[in-house]
Amino acid sequence: MRKAKYTKDHEWVRLEEGGEKTNAIGIVGITDFAQEQLGDIVFVELPEVGITVQKGDEAATIESVKAASEFFTPVSGKVININNTIIDDPGLINSDPREVGWFFSLELADPSELESLMDEAAYESFVTSLS
Amino acid sequence: MNKEIVSDTKMISSTATNKGLHIEEALIFEQGSTDRSGVDLPEISGRSDRLGKLKRLDQIGLPGLSEPEIVRHYTRLSRNNYAIDIGLYPLGSCTMKHNPRLNEAVARLPGFSNIHPLQPPSTVQGAMALIKELEEWLTALTGFPTIALSPAAGAQGELCGLMVIRSYLEKQGDPRETVLVADSAHGTNPATATMCGYRTKSIPSNDSGTLDLQALENMLDNKVAAVMLTNPNTCGLFEGQILEISDAVHKSGALLYCDGANFNAIVGKVKPADLGIDIMHLNLHKTFSTPHGGGGPGSGPVAMTSVLAPYAPLPWIEESASGFTITEHLGDHSQQSFGRMRAWHGQMGMFVRALSYLISHGGDGLRQVAEDAVLNANYIRQGLHKHYSMPYPGTCMHEVLCDDQSLKPAGLKTLDVAKALIDQGFHPMTIYFPLIVNGAMLIEPTETETKEILDQFIDAMITIANHSTSENIAALQNAPVHTPRRRLDETKAARNPILRWLQDTGPSAT
Repeated sequence: MRKAKYTKDHEWVRLEEGGEKTNAIGIVGITDFAQEQLGDIVFVELPEVGITVQKGDEAATIESVKAASEFFTPVSGKVININNTIIDDPGLINSDPREVGWFFSLELADPSELESLMDEAAYESFVTSLS
Repeated sequence: MNKEIVSDTKMISSTATNKGLHIEEALIFEQGSTDRSGVDLPEISGRSDRLGKLKRLDQIGLPGLSEPEIVRHYTRLSRNNYAIDIGLYPLGSCTMKHNPRLNEAVARLPGFSNIHPLQPPSTVQGAMALIKELEEWLTALTGFPTIALSPAAGAQGELCGLMVIRSYLEKQGDPRETVLVADSAHGTNPATATMCGYRTKSIPSNDSGTLDLQALENMLDNKVAAVMLTNPNTCGLFEGQILEISDAVHKSGALLYCDGANFNAIVGKVKPADLGIDIMHLNLHKTFSTPHGGGGPGSGPVAMTSVLAPYAPLPWIEESASGFTITEHLGDHSQQSFGRMRAWHGQMGMFVRALSYLISHGGDGLRQVAEDAVLNANYIRQGLHKHYSMPYPGTCMHEVLCDDQSLKPAGLKTLDVAKALIDQGFHPMTIYFPLIVNGAMLIEPTETETKEILDQFIDAMITIANHSTSENIAALQNAPVHTPRRRLDETKAARNPILRWLQDTGPSAT
């Protein structure tokens, strides 16, 4: 599996296997820390396939028993696929936020955006610094 | 004596699962029978209906209960309610203060309670004089020259405020696109801005729990229409840099909106207009003691500067030598108002109660309200600070913010504390809000609680914290146990809500 990159807002993005550099496909989701903080997720609203989002845009909405939160896309690009299984069963985001609970995939507008994100080690120490 | 019955260890459970005189109540559809009715009308004879094919052939599915059954049903349900008249209601940022009975008596005077909004103004001069006097009190307290009384509640007040801002900016030929909202704000703030057609962006807070001025300055550009701020904010802290904030907002050509949810902490102490705020709503049902929720409608008047005043919503009342008149239509005096927020003139019953509260307290009394509200919150803060972690140091305003960081190692969460408080006889505080603090517990006692009640609440909170040990933790995680229902499965309720009852099958997930 490709290594994921992370944001301070607790989203991850990783390149799809076999994605060419010129036409890189990224998959995005929320981290285990994020789902833990949110508590049981009861509703998720994903973007429409085909729309273009800019890095940091509010691209999805997550509702848990505690609160409604925004999902800020970690990278810019055109949304090409969404994970309909988490719409039907939002609990999958809690049980497996890294794999089954992915949010959507997008064609990266600028793969160099990935460079400004944290790698796993940096994200782990960022999370540790929060508690 | 029959030992079996008096034994402490053995109880005969009720076949209907009632406890004491607390009756387990079935749904109204599960009671009575469909051939029963509260009224006994004679059969109509000698007449046939003309419904033809439109005649209903299936059951209509209404419950059938006699009058005493109906009365008992709703009275029993009402006993499951908790209310400010039963005890402390420490919901943070809600200002659940006592509703003085004097206000109720005054609001029931027939001259106020029996009037109709379509009556000719000449017959309701007293009511109009009352509205004008309320305006004078509220403009004096906020420092703004104009106040629109018609908005029906806090969130409608917010919408009114942003519609005024939009009208003003569009008139300037500079409509702008974005509204910046503090990340500690009530969820209604970004919802309001979105509903008013703006894109919203969240302004981060700093480590002290107040707005990050530097971040705000970086976000302000010529697309920002307004900044929405609550002061004191929902961390219970006064935004001490409010003058720098308002300067920065104004330099960028934007306007500063203040959510007045927490006005109770500063009423009579500082005028929001002096802080550089352009427009704000008040919650009469918070700060000025008119009832919340089931006790009565809210009321969210909006106060504003003279620059924004021409855009205020209709209607408004004017005083002339011949008495009070009401301006209800564009063109009467103004072309610039954005129109009406709602039918009629506002929540008249709430205006009466609020004015009764204002007059009975007077200026000095209102100042003491703010001081006592802050004192009570800090008394709780002092009582709890050794037992609960608090994200921000120092004294607070009218509400104190704790979190569950110190309880987490034992496995106790904020939700467990809230549920355990119910077993201790206290309504929980606001939990998991503001969103910027993990496991937030936001406690607002208000000024109307006595030291004895505050002590009891503090003792209950300390008891819970002291029981967060390995041998007691399971009991706290199982709370509440003394309630008609135990801990509810909120996740299941949200994921599979049962929204209607269906005949034959009972509750159905549709």
